[in-house]
Amino acid sequence: MTWVNDVIQGVMLGGFYGMLACGLALMFGLMRIINLAHGDIAVLGAYLIYVVLEHWNTSPFVAILPVLPVMLLLGYLLQRLLLERSLRSGMLVPLLTTFGLSIVIQNLLQQGFSPDVRSLGAQAGSVATASWQITSQLSIPAIGALTLGVAVVIFGGLQLFLSRTHSGRQMRATAQDPDTAELVGINSKAVYARATAIAVAIAAIGGMFLAIRSDFYPYSGPTYLIFAFEAVVIGGLGGSLWATLLGGIVLGVAQTIGGQINPEYPVLAGHVVFLLVLLSPRGGLVNLRRATA
Amino acid sequence: MSAQPLAPAVTPPTTIRRWTRLSAGFTSGFGLLVVAMIFVPIALGANTVQDMTTLLTYVLMAVMWNALAGYGGLVSIGQQAYIGLGAYATVWLAQHSVDPYLGMLLATVFCGVVAIPLSFLMLRFRGAQFAIGTWVVAEALAIWVSLDNALGAGTGTSLAQLDSYAPTSREHYTYWLTLGFTAFFTGALFLLLRSRLGSSLQAIRDDEDAAASVGVRVVAGKRILFLLAAAGAGAAGAMTLANTLFIEPTAIFSVNYTAFMIFMVLVGGLGTFEGPIIGAIVFYLMQNWLGNDGVWYLVVLGGAAMAFALFLPRGVWGTLEERSGLRFMPVGYRVQRASPAPEEPQ
Amino acid sequence: MSLLDIEALNLRHGLLEAVRDFTLSVAEGETVALVGANGAGKTTLLRAIAGAHRPSAGTISFDGVDVTRVAAYRRVQMGIALVPEGRRLFPALTVEENLLVAAQRRRPGRWTVDTVIEAFPMLARLRGRRAATLSGGEQQAAAIGRALITNPRLLLLDEVSLGLAPLAVEDVYRSLASVIAEGATVVLVEQDLTRAAAVADRVVCMLEGRIVLEGAGSELTREQITEAYFGLRRSQALDA
Repeated sequence: MTWVNDVIQGVMLGGFYGMLACGLALMFGLMRIINLAHGDIAVLGAYLIYVVLEHWNTSPFVAILPVLPVMLLLGYLLQRLLLERSLRSGMLVPLLTTFGLSIVIQNLLQQGFSPDVRSLGAQAGSVATASWQITSQLSIPAIGALTLGVAVVIFGGLQLFLSRTHSGRQMRATAQDPDTAELVGINSKAVYARATAIAVAIAAIGGMFLAIRSDFYPYSGPTYLIFAFEAVVIGGLGGSLWATLLGGIVLGVAQTIGGQINPEYPVLAGHVVFLLVLLSPRGGLVNLRRATA
Repeated sequence: MSAQPLAPAVTPPTTIRRWTRLSAGFTSGFGLLVVAMIFVPIALGANTVQDMTTLLTYVLMAVMWNALAGYGGLVSIGQQAYIGLGAYATVWLAQHSVDPYLGMLLATVFCGVVAIPLSFLMLRFRGAQFAIGTWVVAEALAIWVSLDNALGAGTGTSLAQLDSYAPTSREHYTYWLTLGFTAFFTGALFLLLRSRLGSSLQAIRDDEDAAASVGVRVVAGKRILFLLAAAGAGAAGAMTLANTLFIEPTAIFSVNYTAFMIFMVLVGGLGTFEGPIIGAIVFYLMQNWLGNDGVWYLVVLGGAAMAFALFLPRGVWGTLEERSGLRFMPVGYRVQRASPAPEEPQ
Repeated sequence: MSLLDIEALNLRHGLLEAVRDFTLSVAEGETVALVGANGAGKTTLLRAIAGAHRPSAGTISFDGVDVTRVAAYRRVQMGIALVPEGRRLFPALTVEENLLVAAQRRRPGRWTVDTVIEAFPMLARLRGRRAATLSGGEQQAAAIGRALITNPRLLLLDEVSLGLAPLAVEDVYRSLASVIAEGATVVLVEQDLTRAAAVADRVVCMLEGRIVLEGAGSELTREQITEAYFGLRRSQALDA
């Protein structure tokens, strides 16, 4: 029964990782770049919610509402001012640019908010602590269920957006053939900017859950970038957006089961699963690329 | 590509040269400089010796990261794996009564050996996968080391065995070993790039698929760079330990080391031989000036890396080279028109 | 006034000169066929007119406006549409989605998803199929439809018969004939010289990036075109 419990906890944790991975996968699928500052952007979102909460006594779930448009704008500017230029020159430059950005964000947060470890769990109220006791061995924490639910809504919403709206169709067309997309009247730069804006806003939602579920501090970003990336790669086996959520769930389950074996192991177990997926003959992202090409 | 013939341009007779008088002079000057630097501890004070050790370690880190990214097209964010491994291997060997300095040599070799199986895993990837794959390996190693109580677990450990040396001679030995490592790895890269392998590496960097299609053994070339960079970073890790005497897993396996390498190489010039050395000097000076305010200094560092990647991708040295046609360390070939030969940067 | 004016255009692929000092005017309602051997620069020229290839020198004017530096997607909105070589449908999108993507910025005009499907009846039952699963002829119809739906004033067609079964070529050209009859301005690249001469008001023969022969489709003989095609006349032209 504890195993069942572990798997359920892992699935819910996986929803969180999927949420963090979502924007990364969107940008990779569209532009073939990995934004190494993605984790720091999620943490930035957490800090912005923290700032709102300092001025307005409410719950983080409300405080994120004014933060989301700010993050959309930041994402748009990130694409227009930095990434658009870096895309022109091969694959090294976007990696190096976003890595530099990651260091800048971390240290500006350190400067602005001090190195103190914070959490928004208290402000989230009973959601952060409540749980449903199913049996003596099995309990479902409310925040875990909510995380997974929101993740499913985000992925479903994005899927609908991509398949049903003009803007989403443009994104899919541009992902498949940017050159031809321009020839049928699509402004690919605008499409990229819209996608990055969405990716950054989703990262902020991930940042909110990060801040409620656990502690965060200015240098939290890279850890979560790695988890998000692992989810994308593991999910690459399937090659679709939903597969990224599945990748997050595999990672989450691996971590909770690893933690059950030895309390020191959860992260290591996740890394090992990730490296095993890379080792497997069908290996990770390669498939995602083929599937979206 | 079109198969259509071009109108034959009038091709002037050309000569292909590697050495110019300047580059020959400079390369031997560089050799002389290394020899002269052997005498630094005798001529200068203890502070200078330690500072020079730090600077040389930076040069080694930068040159090795550039070997990987600049010549192999492989952006690693996980070179701290070998920094940490080199340092911890030295500690482990010292605990098993190997002389610390001999241990540093062995640890360097060990890093190169560990990189062999890792290269088979990592070189299947390009771009972002390689970057984050190497990073995950470094993170996993850091966790693994921090679970080992004999190595001080998460709280760290010191190289107490170095106390058997008098402080002054310890500093001197550390300096000389760092100089030796830096000269050795820089020289090895220089010779590597001038070998036949060097030309194929050039081809890989220019266009990997095209190079593979004309039979260049892409993976073999990358693997040699991967092993060299691993051993070099391992040496840098061992020297960092010798210079600071104390290490803990989160610090020695910190991704910041790779951030420093990226900064040095981007500022100096990615894919140029001399650039990383210049970048290391810039980084060293910057650290001395801005080091008191760690946070802003890192903001500047990240910002500069971004700015150079976007606006001056060839770095200070690469841009200078492009504009002037100067080559101090000849690792490539130059084609020149035979008749009045103005140095054309073409 | 002419709709398209190309003036002293130079196009390069790296160091290779694909089109050299090229000048051409196309009048409103005219159909011009570009013929020439592989590597003559025809595809590059069409891509430059559509905005997908940046010229190294010269100007391209559309309806009196200099568009040399205008982005490809804006030229679509101005009324230039290209059916690219190899069709280049978005493979994972359905036929209808391929049309809708292009229809989003369409100019006002008679072409809509419904009228395109009317003009290419074979597309009717394929609306919901992913483009990658279509046959060559079906893909070509969808690709032409995708260009038409923007309601272009200038339609550029690159090798629409390439790789198609003879029957499919017939189908495609029958549909095109009605479009052309309605007065569309068309520049097309065609390997089949007979077909090119039949469909076009004017045939322009290119060799190594230059025009070597030009004349009304009905007046040029097959021999003349063939000579120009293989560069047999070049020495004469240079002597003259």
